[in-house]
Amino acid sequence: MNTETVKIKQGKTKTTQRISGSEAIIKCLLAEGVDVLYGYPGGAIMPVYDELYKYQDKIHHVLTRHEQGAIHAAQGYARVSGKAGVAIATSGPGATNLITGIADAQIDSTPVVCITGQVSSHLLGSDAFQETDIVSISTPVTKWNYQITKSSEIPEILAKAFYIAKSGRPGPVLIDITKDAQFGEFDFEYKKCEKIRSYNPVPKMDMAQVKAAAELINKAKKPFIVLGQGVILANAEEELKSLVEKADIPAASTLLGLSALPTEHELNMGMVGMHGHYAPNVLTNDCDVLIAIGMRFDDRVTGNLETYAKQAKVIHFDIDPSEIDKNVKTDVAVLGTVKETLSALIPLINPNKNEEWHKKFKDLHQIEHEEVIHPEINPTKEKLTMGEVINAINKETNGEAIIVSDVGQNQMFASRYADFKQSKSVVTSGGLGTMGFSLPASIGAKMGAPEREVVAIIGDGGFQMTIQELGTILQTKVPVKMVVLNNEFLGMVRQWQELFFDKRYASTVMTNPNFIKIVEGYGIQAKRVTKRENLSNAVSEMIASNEPYFLEVIVEKEGNVFPMIPSGATVSDVRLK
Amino acid sequence: MKKEIYTISVYTENNLGLLNRIATLFIKRHINIESLTVSSTEIDNVSRFIIVAFITEDQVKKIIGQIEKQVDVIKAYYHTNEESIYIQSALFKVKSSLLFDERQIQNIIKKSNSQIVTVSREFFVIEKSGRKEEIDKLYNELAPFGIMQFVRSGRISVTKEEMKISEILKKQLN
Ligand SMILES: Cc1ncc(C[n+]2csc(CCOP(=O)(O)OP(=O)(O)O)c2C)c(N)n1
Repeated sequence: MNTETVKIKQGKTKTTQRISGSEAIIKCLLAEGVDVLYGYPGGAIMPVYDELYKYQDKIHHVLTRHEQGAIHAAQGYARVSGKAGVAIATSGPGATNLITGIADAQIDSTPVVCITGQVSSHLLGSDAFQETDIVSISTPVTKWNYQITKSSEIPEILAKAFYIAKSGRPGPVLIDITKDAQFGEFDFEYKKCEKIRSYNPVPKMDMAQVKAAAELINKAKKPFIVLGQGVILANAEEELKSLVEKADIPAASTLLGLSALPTEHELNMGMVGMHGHYAPNVLTNDCDVLIAIGMRFDDRVTGNLETYAKQAKVIHFDIDPSEIDKNVKTDVAVLGTVKETLSALIPLINPNKNEEWHKKFKDLHQIEHEEVIHPEINPTKEKLTMGEVINAINKETNGEAIIVSDVGQNQMFASRYADFKQSKSVVTSGGLGTMGFSLPASIGAKMGAPEREVVAIIGDGGFQMTIQELGTILQTKVPVKMVVLNNEFLGMVRQWQELFFDKRYASTVMTNPNFIKIVEGYGIQAKRVTKRENLSNAVSEMIASNEPYFLEVIVEKEGNVFPMIPSGATVSDVRLK
Repeated sequence: MKKEIYTISVYTENNLGLLNRIATLFIKRHINIESLTVSSTEIDNVSRFIIVAFITEDQVKKIIGQIEKQVDVIKAYYHTNEESIYIQSALFKVKSSLLFDERQIQNIIKKSNSQIVTVSREFFVIEKSGRKEEIDKLYNELAPFGIMQFVRSGRISVTKEEMKISEILKKQLN
């Protein structure tokens, strides 16, 4: 059917356009407000790249140096902007290279839409060149996926993809599009998706549960909030703050919830979990009401479940019904977006003061400060520590930067020591713990929040997992600041070997290349710091730069992150050394 | 916690790939599926999966949560044997000569409430629908005479309580 016959048949001028599937894909992306996407071309996706060429003034395609870089960049973009990130790749190896990032986005609830090319539909199942069954491969790690074999399916399926990725508990969606569907022509018309009959993204809030929660909170003498990324995903930072302040409840954050409440807020007790702060971990097993908001009781947060907060009544606010009672048995479950449920809760909460309870936090914090934090930031040893580097960055950025940490000790030091003034300042791989995440994610983060300073904190191991993305920085000139904390070890694994494997450092020693030369080879400014007296100047020069900047800091080789809850131990058995 | 046989009924859109998606949820938790039946339902474009697994109640609750979370799943339920009416079918292929030489076989067929669906010169086929134990019993009785082929279907079941799938679908569209 061409445009003309549409008019005749319907008797009115309906403006459908006859275009190719690949052009339709671009038009769908534009209709969804996509202005940047990350990807890598190849045979099965070439028709789409041809359209990207034609539409280059409307939509910016960032050529990463590996498809893993593309998906992590899309994740970084999504995490800071609240919009869906888009990654695009060819069939076969292009598609499989996305998988790590897709799994990461799934476990960290990040909205991304992945588009992969596929061999022509008549070749499906013939082991054609670069054919992989990416729909099957990606099934357990996507929120939804679909294979398009006819161009006419493109608008409806892409509309669904964006709706599913962003709605409810966000997540990754993969759409695999055969090459013939990219070539085929059809009458294009786009309608956003607003409903899917089998899909209920936001469960209905039950006011009775909200009341029950309010009752428990009002009666509590030792209430304690653990907040997660759900607060940020729901844009409920203000509601959280009101609740915390009105009922005077100490609050601590999971790794991904960091920055939802400013670090400096007097009721912010820091981070819970394996390397979290001392007071909130210990007092988890002392509180009388544990209020979990938009978090999922990950085992890195709870330690041994058998002894986790057994004394407390547990209230769980979450959007995902399958999280209720999954790991921790709740007394009251409040379903819905936490923005909606906290808004309903706050008017029912009585203003309160819990001074004695706060004092417990303060006293324990004092112990942690003296035994861990102060010596970390003001070391007496010659070598620099990771904590003092993060502290120097705090001073230069005023706590206003987005910190994109990698995985390992660098991540835990960044999370423990960085100051956050505003929400969406933390981008890190939490649930999957994907080394190599930070460098490409920081590229996406800077593009998603160009007005903000973006600092990537990376270990020497993780840096080398996606080091090729320096090429993306070279080509796009995206001004990210990169800090490699070089301890010449796979530090976090080495720490475990030291503590639990009698210092048998099996395959954790790194012989590293000259990072400065490599980075300079990419035309990026680079500097190495080995001495304390040069640290603050170097950091200040880096932050002052308007261009991409790389700083390598040689740190203590065998520094450890403390406090630590050894795996399998209970949260209150947190070790200070 | 005690393991038990649970029948999980899942109502879904009739979409490609959904069988795989649901199966991965079991595999991820290292749960073995005892039997699986997928078929259309009384509602257009809605499929029903009937999955039988030997698991604890805690496991079944969690897996239902994960199944329901899937975009193309409309609703999932679990039931114990007491809460549902269920059967499975089995076909037994036996040498025709036995039917004439072994008089007992005719008795077994009669007593077990099974039927002969086909008789040919070489073999005949007995069909039996019922509970798993009834089929096992018939199998054990026929086995000594030699069974050429035996197939057993997955469980099909209807619940004692009402499942309001059409209403759920209507509600989610409004
Ligand atoms: C892709 C991947 N492989 C392996 C691991 C296991 N792992 C966790 S932390 C770590 C060490 C990280 O070393 P480095 O990047 O140098 O950072 P550091 O801990 O020294 O700060 C390793 C190997 C992982 N998280 N991700």
